[in-house]
Amino acid sequence: MVLQTPHAPEPVESIIPLASEDLTRKDYASDVDTRWCPGCGDYSILAQMQRGLSNLNVAPEKMVFVSGIGCSSRFPYYMNTYGVHSIHGRAPTIASGLKLARPDLMVFVITGDGDALSIGGNHLLHVLRRNMDVKIFLFNNRIYGLTKGQYSPTSELGKVTKSSPIGTTERPLNPLSVALASEATFVARTFDTDPQHLTATIEQAARHHGAAFVEILQNCNIFNDRAFADYTDRDVRNERLLYLEHGQPMLFGENEDKGLAVSATGLRVVDTDGPDAGLILSHDATRPAPDVHQLLARCQYPEMPVPMGVIRRVNAPTYGDYIDSQIEVAKFKSRNDVAQLLKGRSTWQVE
Amino acid sequence: MTTTSTKANGSGNSSMPIQERDRVTVRFAGDSGDGMQLAGNRFADATAIFGNDFSTLPDFPAEIRAPAGSLAGVSSFQISFSKHQIFTPGDEPDTLVAMNPAALKSHLSALTKGGLLVINEDAFTSGNLKKANYPSNPLSDGSLEGYRIIKAPITTAAVAAVDDLGLSNQNAERTKNFFALGLVYWLYDRDLQPTLDWIEERFGRLPNIAEANRRALFAGHSYGETTEIADAHVRVPPAVLTPGEYRTITGNQAMVLGLITAAHLSDLELFYGSYPITPASDILVELAALREFGVRTFQAEDEISAVGTAIGAAYGGGLGVTGTSGPGIALKSEAINLAVMTELPLIVLDVQRSGPSTGMPTKTEQTDLLQVMYGRNGESPLCVLAAKSPGDCFYMVLEAVRLAYQFVTPVVLLSDTYLANTAEPWPVPDITQLDPIDVPYRRLEHVNPEDFEPYKRDPDTLARMFIPPGLPNLQHRIGGLEKSDITGDVAYSPENHQRMTDLRAAKIAGIANFIPELEVDGPESGDLLVLSWGSTYGAVFTAVNDAREAGHEVAHAHLQYLNPFPRNLGDVVSRYKKVLIPEANTGQLRMLVRANFLVDAKGYNEVTGQPLSARLLAEAIGQLAAE
Repeated sequence: MVLQTPHAPEPVESIIPLASEDLTRKDYASDVDTRWCPGCGDYSILAQMQRGLSNLNVAPEKMVFVSGIGCSSRFPYYMNTYGVHSIHGRAPTIASGLKLARPDLMVFVITGDGDALSIGGNHLLHVLRRNMDVKIFLFNNRIYGLTKGQYSPTSELGKVTKSSPIGTTERPLNPLSVALASEATFVARTFDTDPQHLTATIEQAARHHGAAFVEILQNCNIFNDRAFADYTDRDVRNERLLYLEHGQPMLFGENEDKGLAVSATGLRVVDTDGPDAGLILSHDATRPAPDVHQLLARCQYPEMPVPMGVIRRVNAPTYGDYIDSQIEVAKFKSRNDVAQLLKGRSTWQVE
Repeated sequence: MTTTSTKANGSGNSSMPIQERDRVTVRFAGDSGDGMQLAGNRFADATAIFGNDFSTLPDFPAEIRAPAGSLAGVSSFQISFSKHQIFTPGDEPDTLVAMNPAALKSHLSALTKGGLLVINEDAFTSGNLKKANYPSNPLSDGSLEGYRIIKAPITTAAVAAVDDLGLSNQNAERTKNFFALGLVYWLYDRDLQPTLDWIEERFGRLPNIAEANRRALFAGHSYGETTEIADAHVRVPPAVLTPGEYRTITGNQAMVLGLITAAHLSDLELFYGSYPITPASDILVELAALREFGVRTFQAEDEISAVGTAIGAAYGGGLGVTGTSGPGIALKSEAINLAVMTELPLIVLDVQRSGPSTGMPTKTEQTDLLQVMYGRNGESPLCVLAAKSPGDCFYMVLEAVRLAYQFVTPVVLLSDTYLANTAEPWPVPDITQLDPIDVPYRRLEHVNPEDFEPYKRDPDTLARMFIPPGLPNLQHRIGGLEKSDITGDVAYSPENHQRMTDLRAAKIAGIANFIPELEVDGPESGDLLVLSWGSTYGAVFTAVNDAREAGHEVAHAHLQYLNPFPRNLGDVVSRYKKVLIPEANTGQLRMLVRANFLVDAKGYNEVTGQPLSARLLAEAIGQLAAE
């Protein structure tokens, strides 16, 4: 049968019932004591998650947080929603099955760099490729924290850790590049110490219909302190980060005096008062081809500004949309019932 | 038993009288590309409609198309049919159809002494003989002495029959399986009509191909009429079966029907997460075509995702099922353990195959019993069931779903390659007579939040208070960390871990109070009990009856519940001086029975990739009974 394209994606409200009263951050906070180290970036993410979700006004009982294993994966315990603290790397699978069985629920995945990109790498590719309607938040601290300080798949080459005493010998993965290569329909990056940006990014991800992937740069002050400080510290942020806004020119710098333009080999930095100012690109998150998005994902400090915000957001039917539409069509076309099915292609009578 | 009938063959000119026999076993063997499975299945259909009881045994290589003519590429299909009820596809065939030298070489040793060989002499070229490692042509070197042989130019005769249809050489030659089928239909007095109907249904849109297959079938049938072989024309009268409406069914088909029916009886939506693996893939393939029943099939990226998605669906309140074979179970073990710890109603189908490692993917074995019982970290009890026949797969799926929901536990249902592929006549169940499957979480929908604790247990079943997400004021978190009794909070206290370990064990053990006791066929106590489980039921039943006919007093009991065992099992095994446990493994149930009940059970064990031989087993039973 030819694949039928389901209806265009619809906003969250049409699928998931909204709460009858205005909800606040507190409605999403559970009474379980948090057990992260003092100073951990996870605290900020938790607070902004609760705040960002309260803006959606979806009742907490309609939300499920699914996590794997690692520091970040303790997250579901602290949300006053339903939750599954599952096994290492497999949260995307449990979330996928849950969302397919229960389209009326909002399903979130909380994961880390080791959980999502090492042991669970395969599942991450496929949950994004399928455009499952789940929201994935990857807390990237570039270290294994819960096992006390081994290098992770995002640790930089040569990094000295407990399991690499004279430096790692492997190159890191770039989470955004992985997500874009997997044809993810929503790809964003934010970080723990900019609460406003964090809240806004979480909210946009939650409102996306389809698989949303958000990399959250998160500081582990015990095993990998100041991993991102070179560009996320308050005093250098404006110079070294590129805050992306869909439809807006890609400008950065203390006085928005620099911008990104396309060069023969990729992106390059140009001055807004220089001769190439006219070549500065506007950010188009909805561009179907992920080419410029990939170039943005590859911008790294110190050569380039580090992009923050929604890199890609395109509309596409989800896996669930396709399968539900197949079921709807099949039910409409078929008069088959279970009794008939049991008889199979042919039967005979024994007298 | 053979009796010569005086009834003349009315359908042709042969002067040979028709023989009447109780039971016949035929094996078709040829290249993987020769269409032997198709021919065998057509023969089974015609046999079903004729009214014999029957059982089939397809046996094919894992390679889709091994080099033509090679020993590795031989595919076979055995069918046994009878005027009595039968429980196995037969040990040695009475007739072997060999489409080429490799097929003859691979299967001749199985043919009964003095059996009938139907040989495609066209395929006995020097090249094919060499590929089959024949130093000389067995058709002329006397090595087939002692067999009755029909040498037929099957390929050339089939090509000649379709000569004027303008088919390519290749397509013309491909009709040779229908020629062979026509010939065998004549030998066993089968009606051609069911096959002609099938050809029309299958090839109606390709009239030339349909016509070619029809002609080849008729040509083979006519060829049979001219054969001069003595006693070759045989009739097996219809069997006396319980009246009712019947269909043919394989174990994998029964699994599919069982799942759809269980979803219907429980009013749950079926989710089937699976990764293609022989011999379980057909369950995924057949379910994928049943969207009209609301089935969500999910072809996962790997075995782990297959079980992970099924756990997610079960947690969400759907009927979460995953299906696989032994290597897949190994990969799923950690996730199955998550379902043990979170106590979710997960269904796992394990269609066992030969191992270890990749083993022999298309061959049968009962070697996963200990894997599903104990192949997980920690103390990890779950419920294990095993089907005993193709049709029984249907009822055991219903039972697995019933127990999974009643006790809120993962349930593993064991089948195997043999059950998966074997076909038998099956009385079509009346859906209105099947009990609804209770889903306890529906009764919790209006529970007072004050009374809700996720690990509070039903006093009778010890099932926890499982509710899917979505209900207000009942939000809670579950996971793989040890749970505090009642509240389900994360807990590390020594006393709590001991208590939860005991509770998980007691819950599974308590299922014994809700399943049937073990029934014994034969004397209630005495000298020898034969205890079996799973797909060996047919062979063991047959062997026990043969041993009884030989004068031995033997009891037989068959287990469909492996964990927990029926509560009277210990009592049953203690009532006999000797206990024999036949298994297609090296003694896995025997180990469990010895460990649980301290009885000196003996084993009869074959690990050949083939179903147990009823004849050899009957001999072993006789020997043990005589000791």
